[in-house]
Amino acid sequence: MPDAALAAKTVELRILRYRPASDERPSYESFHVPYSQEMSVLEALQSIKDTLDGSLSFRWSCRMAVCGSCGMMINGKPQLACSTFLRNLPPGPVTLEPLNNFPIERDLVVTVGDFVKKIESIYPYIIPKVPRTIEEGAYLQTPAQMAAYESFSDCINCMLCYAACPQFGENPDFIGPGAMALLQRYNGDSRDGGQRLRLDQIHGENGVWSCTAVGYCSEVCPKQVDPANAVNQNKTNSAFDFFLSFVRKA
Amino acid sequence: MSQAVQIKRVPEARSKSPLFWLPFGAGGMLFALFGPGLILITGLMAPTGIGIPESFMSYAHARAFAENPLGKLILLAVIALAFWHGAERIFLTLKDMKAGTIPPLKMGTYGVAAAATVLTLIVLLVI
Repeated sequence: MPDAALAAKTVELRILRYRPASDERPSYESFHVPYSQEMSVLEALQSIKDTLDGSLSFRWSCRMAVCGSCGMMINGKPQLACSTFLRNLPPGPVTLEPLNNFPIERDLVVTVGDFVKKIESIYPYIIPKVPRTIEEGAYLQTPAQMAAYESFSDCINCMLCYAACPQFGENPDFIGPGAMALLQRYNGDSRDGGQRLRLDQIHGENGVWSCTAVGYCSEVCPKQVDPANAVNQNKTNSAFDFFLSFVRKA
Repeated sequence: MSQAVQIKRVPEARSKSPLFWLPFGAGGMLFALFGPGLILITGLMAPTGIGIPESFMSYAHARAFAENPLGKLILLAVIALAFWHGAERIFLTLKDMKAGTIPPLKMGTYGVAAAATVLTLIVLLVI
């Protein structure tokens, strides 16, 4: 019956689109897709791509908030499309935009090269205090020592915290919350001896000192990593290091 | 990703921010711990005379406190660190609001805190 088909619930998605080959600037395009209780924003996007416009571009992979690929602005807030459900959004059109503070590559896809460089700049691996041979066995750690850094190891590099950070928006060279959380994951590890190298990477104006303690990064983090806490701990570490640097020189 | 990833390994010049951030942090900690108590004693109990001796806020009493070396130290910490804490907060807020260029904003915030610190120090040394 046509009436029933018309009555089927749909949802409008207002998507900021940008196709660099043909568009001068980004502009909004609206799509209507059938609504269901279980539908995530990512599924709505996939439905558009499968049935309405195959050229719509967005990143995704795992569908379960593990890979960190599908971060975007959903009604103006940085969120993962896969773990944001249409039923939890206010009625009316859903506005989707690429992550704030990043250059748009195409549609909802942003350029991540600078972010990757920042991650690599902080030595994101364990630098053993005393290297051990295979015969000497594994590096041991107590549960308490692991608890000191474990939450910071939950970061999935989704960059929502960068989209939330007004200071990163002001200054793209700011190392930013995510890289600071990863830094703390290694600096807080009892097996690691690379603190000195990492502190030198963040003691400048574009390092930890660009943060003004807004705290929105921790609010939007989908994995409760609390990057603002990592930044704050490293302000303290970097401040002590500032004064110790005079002692070391003397 | 096609672009070659270059690893930034040359550390930036060291920021002077710790000089401002440490007194800011110390001021914040001090007032989180003692601020409510100070307001209660000097702002509510002393003017109403409830719960403390009548002579508590008398000139002689206050002067004796300020003449004691430990009292001087406490007064300096409470006054100066409060200024440094407020200066950093106001400076960052004004900077974020793009209220002006950095040097005048710093003069109007850190400058005031520095002047207040020096003045307090002078007064405490004189009395």
